[in-house]
Amino acid sequence: MFKKILIANRGEIALRIIRTCKEMGVKSVAIYSTADRDSLHVRFADEAVCIGPPASSESYLNIPRIMAAVEITNADAVHPGYGFLAENANFAEVCKEYGTKFIGPTPDQIRRMGDKITAKETMLAAGVPCIPGSEGLLEDVKTGIKLAKEIGYPVILKATAGGGGKGMRIVWKESEFENQWETARREAKAAFANDGIYMEKFIEEPRHIEIQVAGDQFGKACHLSERDCSIQRRHQKLVEESPSPFMTPELREKMGEAAIKACTAINYEGVGTVEFLVDKYRNFYFMEMNTRIQVEHTVTEEVIDFDLIKEQIKIAAGIPISGKNYFPEMHAIECRINAEDPFNDFRPSPGRITSFHSPKGHGVRVDTHVYGGYTIPPYYDSMIAKLIVRARTRDEAITKMERALDEFIVEGVKTTVPFHQRLMQNADFRKGNFHTGFLNTWDFKNA
Amino acid sequence: MDINQIQELIRLVSKSKVTEFILKEGDFKLIIRNQAGSESNAAPVVAFPPPQPLMTMAPTPPPPPAAAPATVAPAPAPAATAAAVDANMLTIKSPMVGTFYRSSGPDKAPFVKVGDSVEVGATVCIIEAMKLFNEIESDVKGKIVKVLVEDASPVEYDQPLFIVEPA
Repeated sequence: MFKKILIANRGEIALRIIRTCKEMGVKSVAIYSTADRDSLHVRFADEAVCIGPPASSESYLNIPRIMAAVEITNADAVHPGYGFLAENANFAEVCKEYGTKFIGPTPDQIRRMGDKITAKETMLAAGVPCIPGSEGLLEDVKTGIKLAKEIGYPVILKATAGGGGKGMRIVWKESEFENQWETARREAKAAFANDGIYMEKFIEEPRHIEIQVAGDQFGKACHLSERDCSIQRRHQKLVEESPSPFMTPELREKMGEAAIKACTAINYEGVGTVEFLVDKYRNFYFMEMNTRIQVEHTVTEEVIDFDLIKEQIKIAAGIPISGKNYFPEMHAIECRINAEDPFNDFRPSPGRITSFHSPKGHGVRVDTHVYGGYTIPPYYDSMIAKLIVRARTRDEAITKMERALDEFIVEGVKTTVPFHQRLMQNADFRKGNFHTGFLNTWDFKNA
Repeated sequence: MDINQIQELIRLVSKSKVTEFILKEGDFKLIIRNQAGSESNAAPVVAFPPPQPLMTMAPTPPPPPAAAPATVAPAPAPAATAAAVDANMLTIKSPMVGTFYRSSGPDKAPFVKVGDSVEVGATVCIIEAMKLFNEIESDVKGKIVKVLVEDASPVEYDQPLFIVEPA
């Protein structure tokens, strides 16, 4: 087992990792920028090294500075957390060359899953269902119509140079195809000076359901069931839960199997998440694989009573996994509490927290790095706490979340607590009736 | 000797009239000095023998406790700075993480000693990281009054290295 782990991250995840290190009897080293001097992770670690000024490029993203800290503290392993350098193959490579263990997958595994095209190819070869579509750009309308017939309508035409929804057109039937094709091309040319279009099956009422996986250094892989993360705003997850209200035992078995196939195809080492889109017919399609621990790992921990960080560290230390799959025994919901003003377009609200009282009690967990008197620096992301509840049923979990949100007092900055309170009361949410487009159509301000 | 015991000792020494407390345990040595003539609530000076890993004393939450004792940085502690530094003095701080060396080689003379005058741009030390030796230049002009870090000890970003009396 490692003697000392350097955590190349900050905020609540750094604290999360430090806590497990303490439980495992492993020394922890925190790194921090000058803006994070008063952060909890600095105080809880056994050692702390200031590595740079506030800018991430000069601190948490700065590989030479981080490696210098590894050197002077003699850390024998590095935990990258999530974000920052967690999926940076170069950083994993540097750690490997230096001789300190990167707690995560190999640089090659990171690269293979990091590139969307390579990932899709790997998944197809492994027999994992992917979103059917054109392989590359569509040459002309005729090819398009032929392919659309094979895939089945509705299809979506997308600009290859695109983003922000431009150059995208949904085609519901063959008679519309030519028209939508012309419009998409014109829009793409105007917006990106590139009228290249590719096609994918359009997933109706897609739900974002991801499967937690773990693979060891000996080729064994397992899954730890799903998390439903469909409640998203601009592709940022706000609420996650397990089990998914849309899940069935058959679907879980199929998705779990597919996720394990994804791992064994690349001999995956570490914990990771395979993300799928699930349509209203319960067809599922591979979206991407996240080769790191995720923010919402806590939800799985609560329904399975499992320490995923501990598992990560054990895998990295060469300890084999059990190989068992794990299934939810309870129901858990997580609300991400961000320092943002939900009534003003979720504008970030950094500043000094004058008063902080987090909810407690049976079945309530709060992962946070902030406290009363702490000043939220403006340089990093706005998430200040994760509120996770767990109960026997989904209804009880929602009730408990409502109770917990009512107890959550944060003064001095704006938070998304009021948004979550309204969401918990929303009829569709309560019925489990939602997909990734939910927040686009719900006017929560007038809820 | 664990961190809680050390914290407790510091607390006791600072409250008492003891001016110097030395504890030796194998090759561990702890020296705690109370500032002579200081007020009872002044932070006592804590010195650890080198080499020590970088340590930050971790007070129990909810932080920050108002009566926290001196934060320990690599020996010797910058708490010495707090006692000795005059408001007029300038500080040369470390721009990087690494190992601090006073000279360019083990049998070479140090770049600067106490009493030396330095110009802006003068090399004052070397900080080494990942086998790369970086010459650190002074960003101030004046006379070296104090060297805060021992040769071959680890330093972090922004750590005070030298106190300089402005010219």
